[in-house]
Amino acid sequence: MRLADLRGASSRARPVEEEAHSAFQPSMADYVRVAVALAAVTSMEVAIYYIEALQGALVELFLFLSSIKFMLVVMWYMHLRFDSRLFSFLFAFGLVMAIGVFVATLATMKAGLL
Amino acid sequence: MADHAHAAGVHLETATGLDNRKLLMWVFLASEALFFGSLIATYLLYRGQSQTGPYPSDVFDIPFTSVSSFILLMSSTTMALAVGSAHRGHLHQMRTWLLVTALLGMSFLAGQAFEFTEFYNKGLTLSVNLFGSTFYVLTGFHGAHVSVGVLILASLWAMAMRGKLGKANAIYVELAGLYWHFVDIVWIVIFTLVYLLEPL
Repeated sequence: MRLADLRGASSRARPVEEEAHSAFQPSMADYVRVAVALAAVTSMEVAIYYIEALQGALVELFLFLSSIKFMLVVMWYMHLRFDSRLFSFLFAFGLVMAIGVFVATLATMKAGLL
Repeated sequence: MADHAHAAGVHLETATGLDNRKLLMWVFLASEALFFGSLIATYLLYRGQSQTGPYPSDVFDIPFTSVSSFILLMSSTTMALAVGSAHRGHLHQMRTWLLVTALLGMSFLAGQAFEFTEFYNKGLTLSVNLFGSTFYVLTGFHGAHVSVGVLILASLWAMAMRGKLGKANAIYVELAGLYWHFVDIVWIVIFTLVYLLEPL
């Protein structure tokens, strides 16, 4: 597979000139809407931390809410939603490697090798 | 020339058809993900294994850290607005948003300096226990990255004020933006795994 083939199918379908502009599709209003969503999710996180009834599900709720914030920033502010798939591939590769290091170290510690 | 080509939306004559500087930044961010992944993994693996205090519950101040986390999160919004303004050629707005982002970054750093001082006064040093070692190394490296980001933003702002940064070389603002957003998402992970999930 050629490196250029890793670019997204949707971006390949667009004219070359449009493709180069595709990274900048969000409007200023879009950025503000994402900011409002981020603020709402953060408020929910802090509120949930103090709600007694939700203490049993805090881990799941925090991981879910922080995943939403992570994805909003990566997809909209870092433009991965609109940009080349090669960039997404590179970033995902780094994340998978990081998780791999964690799992490998955990396994090594559990085996008593560390 | 590549700057003008990028701004004009011309297909770049590279192996990928993409701007090599942007490609290099994503490769760098992937390596940074591995770097911070290792530090976070180390913190999690040694979590709860300190033999002596102070323990996380003795020092953490969740409301305070929530505010500083929110400041850093909102700095990503102002950074995105700076990038958008640069690509649209709205240079006055770009300068303003770059400056606001740098100031928000400095506010976050001031909060971290205050937090570290408070923790130190409560007896948490780098070598007192496993929690101190892993916590300071992880958050300290993150703070160092924010500091570098603030210097980059200040440099771009100074360039813009001298008329050396415009629509033609907006790619530099975009690259700085990618770095800044990455630092922000790393903090999203740290805040959740280190601070919010610590008592659980």
